[in-house]
Amino acid sequence: METLSVVDLRKSYGDVAVLAGLTFALRPGECYGLLGPNGAGKTTTLRCALGLTAPDAGTIRLAGRPVPERAREARRRVGIVPQMDNLDPDFTVAENLLVYGRYFGLADAAVSARIPQLLEFAGLAGRANAKINTLSGGMKRRLTLARALVNDPDLLFLDEPTTGLDPQARHLIWERLKQLLQQGKTVLLTTHFMDEAERLCHRLAIMDKGRFIAEGSPREVIAAHIEPEVIEVYGEPGESSAAEWAKAEAGQFATRVEITGETAFCYLTESRPLLRHLADRHGLRYLHRPANLEDVFLKLTGRDLRD
Amino acid sequence: MNPFRPPSLSLRFVPVWRRNFLVWRKLAIPSLLGNLADPMIYMLGFGYGLGSLLPEVGGLPYITFIAAGAVCFSTMNAATFEALYSAFSRMQVQRTWDAILNAPMALDDLVLAELVWAASKAALSGAAILAVAAALGLVASPLALWLLPLVFLTGLAFAALGLIVTALAPSYDFFMYYFTLFVTPMTLLSGVFFPVEQLPVALQALSAALPLSHAVRLARPLFSDEVPQGAWLHVAVLVAYAVAAFWLALGLARRRLLK
Repeated sequence: METLSVVDLRKSYGDVAVLAGLTFALRPGECYGLLGPNGAGKTTTLRCALGLTAPDAGTIRLAGRPVPERAREARRRVGIVPQMDNLDPDFTVAENLLVYGRYFGLADAAVSARIPQLLEFAGLAGRANAKINTLSGGMKRRLTLARALVNDPDLLFLDEPTTGLDPQARHLIWERLKQLLQQGKTVLLTTHFMDEAERLCHRLAIMDKGRFIAEGSPREVIAAHIEPEVIEVYGEPGESSAAEWAKAEAGQFATRVEITGETAFCYLTESRPLLRHLADRHGLRYLHRPANLEDVFLKLTGRDLRD
Repeated sequence: MNPFRPPSLSLRFVPVWRRNFLVWRKLAIPSLLGNLADPMIYMLGFGYGLGSLLPEVGGLPYITFIAAGAVCFSTMNAATFEALYSAFSRMQVQRTWDAILNAPMALDDLVLAELVWAASKAALSGAAILAVAAALGLVASPLALWLLPLVFLTGLAFAALGLIVTALAPSYDFFMYYFTLFVTPMTLLSGVFFPVEQLPVALQALSAALPLSHAVRLARPLFSDEVPQGAWLHVAVLVAYAVAAFWLALGLARRRLLK
């Protein structure tokens, strides 16, 4: 089964290179994550892959067809959960699915027969006749996911599927995505939640300024780019400053120290000497944890705000 | 790819047309009232009010004269509102177009659906005014049934023109320019309320270039059991407006949305 492959994809708007030569391919049945700060080019990559934006250069194949030339046909095999909800507000839950199915050329009877099962999957059983504006944010996201499954796609594209959801709603979406992966679907996910990527993705790429700056499984990326352990040190208000402590003393214990405001992040391979040191320091609190994807992400893309 | 390449048309527009129809069905009564109230008020108010002061206009009782104009005016208005405000909502505000473009649909299918949908709604509006006129005894013969294809064609022309404006619009406010600079002057120059022959010669020439004039020139004789003179020319002008404006609107929409 052919999924998505992209070779040397380039796109510029004016002088700004939004995509500066991306190459990647999805393996059947995997969840592949595109991670990056705002403006990194994630959404443009998805739009190019779907044939909605014509790249300046590069080769794209989606579901066995060249894109953008035969993108419309390729989209028959793809389900898409967009970043912004675009459910039809004038329709009920069931009508949204029925009408969307027609865009795929599906007969009403075929879609109607699938609706109970789709709503069950989305945790919306019994809500078939509910109006869209009576649904919570999480329900709308789940209905959007159900809508993306109306054509029983092989491949799912999800653009920041859990942005703006509460933890319960996020966990439910994650569970459903895991079920879909178990059914053999291939998933392309963009997110800027590192815990989401770490939980769901078999492989991921961190991108910034239109380039991949790391690619691999979450463990591989962490192992390749960062020390295995982190101790975050905070000063107690009015007592001592973590920043001053870090400048004076952290260097002898940690491989790398990053100071942001009143927090010192100490990256290290051997944590015991620093833990012993901190145990005797009053006025400093700390958190000891394994390094995670967020540490890699911040190391590679910097801590500056991206707006 | 050149955004102004020729449109690629297919029957895939039908599911999108049906989507709009399903929304309309839920709101049909206020929507029809909205489309009908204005032209009806003009037709009855001017027709009987002003008509009682006038002997004959263009060789007809004024109410009959204005009924033909009102059918075209109503069609134009309905097509224009749908192609501007409603299509813009679907494109920009509700992001319905984004959802549809994620399915195996081309933008060509989507813009064609908007065109045919707005023309369908417009034809319904025109036909409703025709029905009221017939009920008032203003229609001379079944020849007036030719007004049904005419209002659909008129709807296509004005829907296509409206879609150009929508494809360019940054916000709803932009539509005011189109009404003030194009629709309102055209209504006064196209023989809806008074014969074009009353205008200065220079304005008559301008009038001859406006699509609404051609619709009115076809509609008015059909009310009085006459075959319009030069009918094919008027039809050709309306078809040309519809085709050229649709092509341009689609090109602008491609440039806006597929960048």
